[in-house]
Amino acid sequence: MRTIKFIAKRLAYSVFVLIGLSILIFIIARVMPGHPARMALGARAPEWAVERLREEMHLNEPLYAQYYYWIKDALHGDFGMSLVTRRSVAHDIKEFFPASLELALYAGIFMGIVGITLGAISGWYANTWVDNLVRMLSYIGIVTPSFVFAIFFVLLFGYVLEIFPTIGKLTPGVVPPPLITRITTLDALITGHFTAFFDALKHLLLPAISLAMGPLSQEARITRASLVDNVQKDYVASERSCGIPEQTIMFKYLLKPSLIPTVSIYGLDFASLLGNAFLIELIFNWPGLSRYGMNAMLQKDLNAMTAVILVFGLVFIIVNIIVDLAVGYLDPRIRLGAERTQ
Amino acid sequence: MNFMPNPLLEIKDLHVWFKVFEGILKVLDGVNFTVQPGEKVGLVGEMGCGKTTTMKAIMRLLPMPPAIIPKGEILFKGKDILKMGQVKLRQIRKKEISMIFQDPTAALNPVFTVGTQLQDAVRFAEKSGKNTEKEDIRTRAIQVLKEVSLPDPERVLQNYPIQLSGGMRQRVCISMALVSTNELLIADEPGTSLDVTIKDQILRLLKELGEKRDTSIILISHALGAVRGMTDRLYVMYAGSMVEVAKTKDLFAHPLHPYSQGLLAATPRLTGGGIGEGIDGRIPEYINPPKGCRFHPRCKDAMPVCKDKKPPFFKVDENHEVACFLFQNCR
Amino acid sequence: MQKDSSRQEGLSRKWEDIRRSWYKFSRNPLSIMGLVVICIIMFLAIFAPFVSPYPESASKFINFYEASQPPSSTYLCGTDVFGRDILTRIFFGCRFSLMMGATVLALIVPVGVALGLIAGYYRGSWLDTVIMRITDIFIALPPLILALAVCSVLTPGIFHAMLAISVAWWPWYTRMVYGIASSLKGEFFVQAAEVTGASRTHILFREILSNCVAPIFTKMSLDMGWVILIGASLSFVGLGAQPPTADLGSMVADGSKYLPDQWWISVFPAFAIMLIVLGFNLLGDGVRDALGAERG
Repeated sequence: MRTIKFIAKRLAYSVFVLIGLSILIFIIARVMPGHPARMALGARAPEWAVERLREEMHLNEPLYAQYYYWIKDALHGDFGMSLVTRRSVAHDIKEFFPASLELALYAGIFMGIVGITLGAISGWYANTWVDNLVRMLSYIGIVTPSFVFAIFFVLLFGYVLEIFPTIGKLTPGVVPPPLITRITTLDALITGHFTAFFDALKHLLLPAISLAMGPLSQEARITRASLVDNVQKDYVASERSCGIPEQTIMFKYLLKPSLIPTVSIYGLDFASLLGNAFLIELIFNWPGLSRYGMNAMLQKDLNAMTAVILVFGLVFIIVNIIVDLAVGYLDPRIRLGAERTQ
Repeated sequence: MNFMPNPLLEIKDLHVWFKVFEGILKVLDGVNFTVQPGEKVGLVGEMGCGKTTTMKAIMRLLPMPPAIIPKGEILFKGKDILKMGQVKLRQIRKKEISMIFQDPTAALNPVFTVGTQLQDAVRFAEKSGKNTEKEDIRTRAIQVLKEVSLPDPERVLQNYPIQLSGGMRQRVCISMALVSTNELLIADEPGTSLDVTIKDQILRLLKELGEKRDTSIILISHALGAVRGMTDRLYVMYAGSMVEVAKTKDLFAHPLHPYSQGLLAATPRLTGGGIGEGIDGRIPEYINPPKGCRFHPRCKDAMPVCKDKKPPFFKVDENHEVACFLFQNCR
Repeated sequence: MQKDSSRQEGLSRKWEDIRRSWYKFSRNPLSIMGLVVICIIMFLAIFAPFVSPYPESASKFINFYEASQPPSSTYLCGTDVFGRDILTRIFFGCRFSLMMGATVLALIVPVGVALGLIAGYYRGSWLDTVIMRITDIFIALPPLILALAVCSVLTPGIFHAMLAISVAWWPWYTRMVYGIASSLKGEFFVQAAEVTGASRTHILFREILSNCVAPIFTKMSLDMGWVILIGASLSFVGLGAQPPTADLGSMVADGSKYLPDQWWISVFPAFAIMLIVLGFNLLGDGVRDALGAERG
């Protein structure tokens, strides 16, 4: 019950934040120099056409009026037309978002599992060669930009070893699965197109791992640090003195409290995942929303850009809510901080 | 230094060092300590004098990479704990020695319920942890919570440590120590972080439990008052070794070591006399401890020999020994 | 008279503190390594025009005879397609990166910290609500995305990139300082200052701020690395410094077209980025340990 109230409160607050975000993005987008209407129609278009488009886009009206029109439409699911693809932005989002979601999910799961595992191993075997190796590798992971990883992987696995493909989601020639969720791997699994599934997986591997490397190293580092911290705590000594075996202490009593900082950080790490997706999708030519958004930004496609940013904002907000719930689940001190029986 | 044959616990010349960045901290410098079966022994000393380190050494809870034990033996029922294998060690921890930690908030894992921790303690206290029924474990857990006078034990089992008050947490810690029949209970400053009235309750509880179960108890405190009513014999510790030991009554009546005298004099008395004088100076740094007797820089009766050699225990009386060259003529 | 001597005492105590922090810092070899790396990079960056082997390479320069040379004794990191020395361009690239990091921090730290102090001290009032809600809105987006958005609406250029990063990064300081300030607000020393009639500015800036200095300083040391990383990501997509300016991110991007044959064009700038970020990371960790700061 408390959880539901918490979620409800957060969602309500998120709506407010989203509105604020939309205002912010709107202002940023409209502040730019240049003439969107002119740019949309091209340099050759006659003046009256440009003027007409300007009327339609309400560009001659004050900023708050423009915002009003925009949000009215947005609430109906109409984010306007993309000046680049010449289709409705909503349609574009429906088409491209699942691909980015797929990438983010795989990268997110990978970074969570591998990061925490590496960190845990590093912490349990603290100060041995295993620990030192993992620590060194995670330092490298943290300081390397994701695009460097991407280029490196493309070189290594795409050219030198030629195991993995480097472009797009599916090899041309492979029959794509029917579009249900538009998440290719999922669709392929559901409908039993196993060739497509493995092919899609192969295409996913390099971009997902490039994205995940940086955040993964952060997770490993924080997990290790908190394990090493907690091992010295009195409750571990107390548990030992009660005769509880080392195995139980390591896997149960140490792990859970040590995961708390890691999970708290997960939100921020996911943020860098979302941000870096813009670069990764460009490099791997991944047909996702970030690439679409990147193009929109570079070509000053206002409607598309605004909508894309809002979508990412929403995704991030939801992830943060999930992370907060997870931390609350792990750490009763946060959940129950207010109650004390005397 | 045996008063009687067959002591339950005997620490012989224990040295414990800690390796840190700046060098080596020579904390324990030849600790000698005995506990007879059924005896209640007190251990007093300033904060930082090594009391907790000694106790943790007994249960081998010191983190061994920074900690080094270059010399010494800890004999429990005649066998050296320091040389025991993991299996025997766990056996001892489960069934024979228990420890109650100083800070009950830190001693309980904050993210697990009291029930989980207590029931695990119960489960692993039995010979083979897996065969005991869940119901039996729960019953035993509730029983042990009742022993420490916790109201509504079923509720306590479901609570997290943060939901309990300080006094209740301390009782939970005590109950965890009581889970299996123990021969030796080490209580490290019980109730120190709590309200004085609660502290008093806790101490009374310990006293009751000690009498009921005929367990040996080592009671550590930096407050003399706590120790007075509860112990048969009292050790005074300073900067890494014991300086005086005697029957509690005798020590309070006739403290011999200059440090013990200073300690007793410094305690404010309700009967008037105001706040006593403290002892000048501070405990020495363990990186470069003073040679000879570690108390000599602060001692107004220091003699040349004190700067050179460490005083062994001199027997002044049947049950009264002092580590001070002032008494070297009594042997 | 008295004021002078107590000020003397205060200063000498501060000096003690600094010396003690330095002692703690220098204990850790990794922190010293970070410091050394950063010092070398700063030196190279500041004196780039003097120490680089081919200073002309940093700007418009073409030398087709020497174009696309692999690393050799004449060109330690090789040359790019225009014949420009890559090592030189790396030095100048470091210069821009450091300048970007310093400028961004110089912009956001005063603003972010001030807002956090005010919001924290006036916790519960409308001022707090307004400031923190605005902060929440900015934080709702991953920083890189916000920076990209701002950068894309302005003409590409290094100053606009700095502005974009500033817009994306300032809320983190506000949030951190807000946490500290609002928790300190109830502390006795603040109440004591209020009761004795100290002015608000004094309380905010002397009492509360001095408790925030350590975490702020730690965060700044670490942030230099992250800001430079974001800057490199922006230039990678062409939104940062424009050609022919030497910028590490755009150098990696340009060079990626010629992989894997002319690998040196991308690889060396990439290493440079990694080295800078590593240096600041090690430095920041050392500062955190030395100042014993809370995690911000």
